[in-house]
Amino acid sequence: MSTTVGSARPAASDASTAIRPRPRLTAAKKRQYGAAYALVLPFFIIFIAMMIVPLVYAGYLSVFTTKLIGGTSFAGLENYAKAITDPLFLTGVLRMAVFLVIQVPIMIGLALFFALALDSGMMKLARFTRLSIFVPYAVPGVVATLMWGYLYGPDFGPFAQIGTALGLGPPPFFTPTGMLFSIMNIVNWEFIGYNMIVLFAALRSIAPELYEAARVDGASEKRIAWSIKIPGIRAGLLLTVIFSVIGTFQLFTEPQLLRTLAPTVIGTAYTPNLYAYNVAFVNQDANYAAALAFLLGVVIMIISYLVQLGAQRKERRS
Amino acid sequence: MTAATLPPDLVVKDPPPLGGPDKQRSSYLLTVIMIICASYFLLPLFWLVVASTKSNADLFSTFGLWFANFNLFENIQSVLTFQDGVFIRWAVNSFIYAVVSAVGAAFLATMAGYAFAKYQFPGGKALFAIILGAVTIPSAALTVPTYLMFAQAHLTDTYWAVILPSLVAPFGVFLMRVYAADAIDTTLIEAGRVDGVGEIRIFFTIAFRLLLPGSVTVLLFSLVATWNNYFLPLIMLNSAEKFPLTVGLAQWAATSAGGSGSAALFSTVITGSFLSIIPLVIAFLFLSRYWESGLAAGGVKA
Repeated sequence: MSTTVGSARPAASDASTAIRPRPRLTAAKKRQYGAAYALVLPFFIIFIAMMIVPLVYAGYLSVFTTKLIGGTSFAGLENYAKAITDPLFLTGVLRMAVFLVIQVPIMIGLALFFALALDSGMMKLARFTRLSIFVPYAVPGVVATLMWGYLYGPDFGPFAQIGTALGLGPPPFFTPTGMLFSIMNIVNWEFIGYNMIVLFAALRSIAPELYEAARVDGASEKRIAWSIKIPGIRAGLLLTVIFSVIGTFQLFTEPQLLRTLAPTVIGTAYTPNLYAYNVAFVNQDANYAAALAFLLGVVIMIISYLVQLGAQRKERRS
Repeated sequence: MTAATLPPDLVVKDPPPLGGPDKQRSSYLLTVIMIICASYFLLPLFWLVVASTKSNADLFSTFGLWFANFNLFENIQSVLTFQDGVFIRWAVNSFIYAVVSAVGAAFLATMAGYAFAKYQFPGGKALFAIILGAVTIPSAALTVPTYLMFAQAHLTDTYWAVILPSLVAPFGVFLMRVYAADAIDTTLIEAGRVDGVGEIRIFFTIAFRLLLPGSVTVLLFSLVATWNNYFLPLIMLNSAEKFPLTVGLAQWAATSAGGSGSAALFSTVITGSFLSIIPLVIAFLFLSRYWESGLAAGGVKA
């Protein structure tokens, strides 16, 4: 390879490339540019049509309003003004913020614990355990919610059966407070394994020499995990947190399906996404639904940006 | 295809075997804790298997976590024949949506990822930055606007309404760029050029085969995402004969929860759910190395 020459005499080769006049765009280069554009074009056509255009279209729709009498007219930011003072939307966003603050740390914490346990090489049946924890990832959210819904249920759910047999009565899975935790449990069940695998894979890529040395110095496994392994997988942790933030604010399947089991607890605006869906399809108000979707997207992007910013600042400090 | 075809740094290595007797670090406590945790993840699936073997009456009258009279085949029969066998139609639809979307998404991501990894072209960095930024665009928040757009184009309630939005996989492009950078030696491309092979032909005849293991990972992720998707088909489709399994099952479940006269539907919904997860769980167990390697590339190099 040509780099062997360069690495042997770096100064000379640098000088020679600097002196050589910069060639004009050759035919070969042009062909390569053409090929590169041709290869990225199909993806970008679909990307623009399915991500950018809907975003722009939602923005466009959101500045109009449709009334039964008078038809559609330009409304400026009226829909947004309505949204940021709409108690239904705001409670939904707030509920998701509470959900986020409780559920995401539990999920990432357990995923991290499992990943560290698997990585420690201190346990038997590691492969069986890993696959058991990861297998819910292959189960659709619909089926996961149906299963847990029946498990929670007062009719033939085993928890209610045990509770009744013990004279305690069915556990409060579907009460107004219980419901949020019931949903958290479903989301944890679905995604702990996914996050565990991301973190486990990141852990496996840390050079083992790093902690062999610490071990020789007498550091405990816990200390190694805390001081070497966790800082070593910061990128993986950040990725899991950002994806979790995005996922939480988009929560839809679980509450929408549990609604049929507990319609008085889960309203039409339990999550912002559920609200946007109901505004669009039940209230038939496309303009307001577009504004809600747009606003929700902005909220999610701001929060995931803040998470990234926070992580970078922390990194710079340490 | 085996894991041996993946480049070594993308394969998740199992932890090294424990050292000799002097380095016996095995912990029984940790193993016991982890087995208990693993059983939490298996519990609902165990319940699903048990419940699928029960008649509707036994569901209510026997303990949920253990078997009663074996009624699985009657249940399967009722799933496959209920509403003129619409379940089979849904399964076929799920298969079509998942396979067409996944193959398309993987192919688009492979081409783009390869170009970003192996060509330096004006605007390339900016375009890639846009894709990275798009990873955080909330796709479900886009679904209602996409529906409104499709309604204008009269595309709703068609197969395309589900497939087209599922073709976009920004994270797949990112994975394929990481993968292509390692899997394809640039000298190989140079050799092709020297032999006078065109750039696009180099991609299809030389690079594509080397990229295949990475593409399979992206394909599997898109496959799971589309097979499991509920929000998008729920919004886009009206006709029951175009539903995928997720939307169909949810509709059955809503009917059975509605009660009156349809109470007998519980065992059908449960057995239908059980049948619907079998293909992916099997694929998942046999191809687990691909999932893990894809997540590895994402987590390590993000």
